[in-house]
Amino acid sequence: MTLLYPLQSLAAHPARLSPDYRSTVKRSPQKPLIPMRHTLSELTGPVYGHETVRPHDNDLTIQAKGEPLGERIIVHGHVRDEDGRGVPNTLIELWQANACGRYIHVVDQHPAPLDPNFTGAGRTQSDASGYYKFITIKPGAYPWGNHHNAWRPAHIHFSVFGYSFISRLVTQMYFPGDPLFPFDPIFNSVTDEKARARMISSFDLENTKPEWALCYRFDIVLRGRNATPMETK
Amino acid sequence: MSNQRPDGITPSQTVGPYFKYGLTPNGEYEWNDAFTNNLLTPDTSGERIRIEGTVYDGDGAVIPDCMLEIWQADSQGRFSDPQDARALPNSSFKGFGRVGTDKRGAYAFDTIKPGVVSDADGKPQAPHIVLAVFARGMLLHLYTRIYFDDEAGNAADSVLALVPADRRATLIARRKAGAGSTYTFDVHLQGDNETVFFDV
Repeated sequence: MTLLYPLQSLAAHPARLSPDYRSTVKRSPQKPLIPMRHTLSELTGPVYGHETVRPHDNDLTIQAKGEPLGERIIVHGHVRDEDGRGVPNTLIELWQANACGRYIHVVDQHPAPLDPNFTGAGRTQSDASGYYKFITIKPGAYPWGNHHNAWRPAHIHFSVFGYSFISRLVTQMYFPGDPLFPFDPIFNSVTDEKARARMISSFDLENTKPEWALCYRFDIVLRGRNATPMETK
Repeated sequence: MSNQRPDGITPSQTVGPYFKYGLTPNGEYEWNDAFTNNLLTPDTSGERIRIEGTVYDGDGAVIPDCMLEIWQADSQGRFSDPQDARALPNSSFKGFGRVGTDKRGAYAFDTIKPGVVSDADGKPQAPHIVLAVFARGMLLHLYTRIYFDDEAGNAADSVLALVPADRRATLIARRKAGAGSTYTFDVHLQGDNETVFFDV
């Protein structure tokens, strides 16, 4: 299978310079990026061994002696390419704040408690159909210094690889109906409403486990399109 | 499962300031590293090199919360990926590395000098490593390339040829004088020495 990576697909991404998110002002290039034809260096990407993901790395609620506080949730979905085909055996990493909106990172000084039973890091590999699943707790919103009374909507950071080094994606998964959406310059750096909606998980009652955990579905679409048109079924 | 064609890719969002414990814990958090800055394995063939440098923002300030990832061929110009038909499935050299910058904005990778990989027309490219740059304040990561100042092939490289001559130096790692095979490669997100980034 040969995949193509049309540059037009990149239009879904935020502009690198998005001044409402202040840190972009000094961290985005001012000279134009140089277009080039993809070579094998761009079209290939890392393959991970069995040692990369350990059993239970996808369950963030059993990494410590006790259970973390907060609302236990299941987050699952498919990693797909631009044709909708599942991307198999690809590495998915996530990290997040705890239920109080506090990150374990030493730089985070938000005066909310750390949870000794929650690190907030996990990883998994998609299966042959591109499906993945995590068990975690729902992260809280947290304040940041971008502007007066700035709060980030609750989110989970995702890092995904795909077939090539240029299908690499780092993004954030949001929760449906968050009242902070209109005020968040990072979320709104994606200017197309339909594209923004692709960062919002959907509540999944069908896969919510009775007496145990709510479920959210988050499908991830990576760059990559078949060089030859798909068969129509 | 429906294979409905999606209406677009998932947009990128910044890696943020707090990725370290999840992506580059390096022994400082209760989590293991999936990848490190050392790509070498005992059976890796090729010239062992270190690439080190510093990442700077538009004020010339160092960036202490940056993540860098590299992807490269082995010393024979083969990628550890079945999509490279010439890949050696049993080679333990994976060609991928990841590192977080330290408080001084510094990073280093221990790897090998890559071999020659063909360009889009099948002509040889000069040895190079693809570098992806992620940080707080970057909503979408950037791609650049690391070339080497002691490679004669640079002059005929079709990708370097796309770059205005006065900016090419930003893509070329400089071999340090003295012992060891250490190259310096700094990244400037902005400014007079802004690194060339590619639209790929």
